[in-house]
Amino acid sequence: MAFNTTLSINLAPGHRLQWEEAQNAYVILYPEGMVELNQTSAEILKLCTGELCFDEIVARLEQLFNVQNITDDVHEFIQVAFDNGWIKQT
Amino acid sequence: MAGLNKPDITPPRWLLAELTYACPLQCPYCSNPINYPDYNNELSTDDWKRVLSEARKMGAVQLGLSGGEPLVRQDLVEIVSHGRELGYYSNLITSGLTLNEKRILELKNAGLDHIQISFQASSAEVNDFLAGTQAFQQKKDMARLVKKHGYPMVLCVVIHRQNIHQMREILELAIELDADYLELANTQYYGWAHRNRDQLLPTKEQFTEAENIAQQYKQKLEGKMKIYYVVPDYYEDRPKACMNGWGTTFLTIAPDGTALPCHAAAQLPDMQLPNVREFSINEIWNQSAAFNWFRGDEWMKQPCRSCPEKTRDYGGCRCQAYMLTGDMYAADPVCSKSPDHATITSITETTQENDLNNEDQPLIFRNPKNAAHRHNPDNSK
Repeated sequence: MAFNTTLSINLAPGHRLQWEEAQNAYVILYPEGMVELNQTSAEILKLCTGELCFDEIVARLEQLFNVQNITDDVHEFIQVAFDNGWIKQT
Repeated sequence: MAGLNKPDITPPRWLLAELTYACPLQCPYCSNPINYPDYNNELSTDDWKRVLSEARKMGAVQLGLSGGEPLVRQDLVEIVSHGRELGYYSNLITSGLTLNEKRILELKNAGLDHIQISFQASSAEVNDFLAGTQAFQQKKDMARLVKKHGYPMVLCVVIHRQNIHQMREILELAIELDADYLELANTQYYGWAHRNRDQLLPTKEQFTEAENIAQQYKQKLEGKMKIYYVVPDYYEDRPKACMNGWGTTFLTIAPDGTALPCHAAAQLPDMQLPNVREFSINEIWNQSAAFNWFRGDEWMKQPCRSCPEKTRDYGGCRCQAYMLTGDMYAADPVCSKSPDHATITSITETTQENDLNNEDQPLIFRNPKNAAHRHNPDNSK
C-alpha cells in the first residue's frame, strides 16, 4: 500500500525505537520481535513521531545531516517501514 | 575447548521467564514438562528481578512472561515494572483467565508492551473442551479490553487435529476481535503434545487445506493483520533451525530457577541444567556445560557434519532427535537426509490410518492427576 506524503507519520502502536548498547545499534521492537537498524534507517524513524509528514521528514534530514537529493532513498525506506507495519498514518 | 568450529558466544536476546507452571487450563498440547508439579519451588520476586537485571545487562531485550499462567503470580506487576525500567520490551503470554480491566490497566501503567491471548478454538464448545474449563467468552471479553486499552492485539491459536477444521472460523474470529497479529502455531510435539501426538497430529490433507485457507487470508488481510504461520515440522523435509541455534539467542528460566537453552531441554540425558539460585546469568550463559553443549558444530554426527545446510538449520531440534531416535546427537529425523526419517513417515502414516478408521484414543489433559512426578512414575511415558 502506498503511503500519503501529506499526512504525518508515527510509529505503529506497540512499536518502540530504542538504542541497544549490547548491539551497538538502534532496534525497533514489536510484539515478539525486533529488527536491528542501520544508522540511516534509525535517523529516519527517529523523526516518525506523529508530527512530520514525508516532505518535512526529508527536509529535516537534509538540514540535520547537511545532505541533498535524498528524497528517493528516504521514500524507499519509509515504504519498507510501512509494509513491515512499523509506522502508520492516521 | 577452543576448536576451529567453536563460534564466538553471542549474547542472549530473548529472556523467556516461565513464572509459574500453575494454570487454570488443562490443554492437552501444553508445552510445559509432563512432570510440571515438580517445579513448584518457585523463585521469589527478588530472584526474578535479579534474573531480569543480569540478562538485560548481557543484552537481552525481548522479555516473554509466560507459564503456565503468568497472571497467577501476584507479583506480576512488580516484575513488569522492573522489566520496563531496565528497557525490556515485555510480552505477556496469557490464557486471559483471571484477567480483568483493572489488571490490564495496572499492567499498562507498569509498562507492559503487549498482551498475547491464546484461544484453543473458534467455538465455545471446542475451546472449552480443549481448555478443560469454561474460558471462551472470557477470552473474547479480554481480547476486546486489551484492544480498548491501546495494546497491540495479538491472538495465538495452537493448531492440531481437534481444531484444524476450524481454520476459516479462527481467522474470522481474529477479524471479529480486530486483531493486529494472529499467530497460527501448528503444534510442536514436546511435553504434553508429544504424549497426545496420535490424537493431535493432523493428516497431510487436513494440514494442506488449512494452510491454503491461511494463505488466502494472509493476502486478503495484508496491511491490516499480520499472520504468522508456524509450520508443522513433521510435514517438512528439512528441520527447523531450533531456537535459532542452541545457546545463541534464547534463555528460558523455569519457575524453580532452572536455566534452559530451550524449554524442552530438561528431558535430555546427562544435561545438568544450571539454576539461577546458584549461578549468575553470565556464568550460566557463557560457562555452563549445558549452554555450551550444542554450540557450534563439533558435536554433530553425519549426515549433519558434512551437510552444507548445517549453518542454516544447526541439525534441527536436539530434543526431537532424542525423543524420536534416542540419540540427542543424531540429525533431527524431520530431515529427509536423516537415516531415521522413516520414524516420521511412520508416525504420519499412523495418523492417516487412525483418522480414516476413527480410532482416536481419548486425550490426556494436562492436570496434576495425569502428571508424571516422583510419586507417579508410571505417567512418565
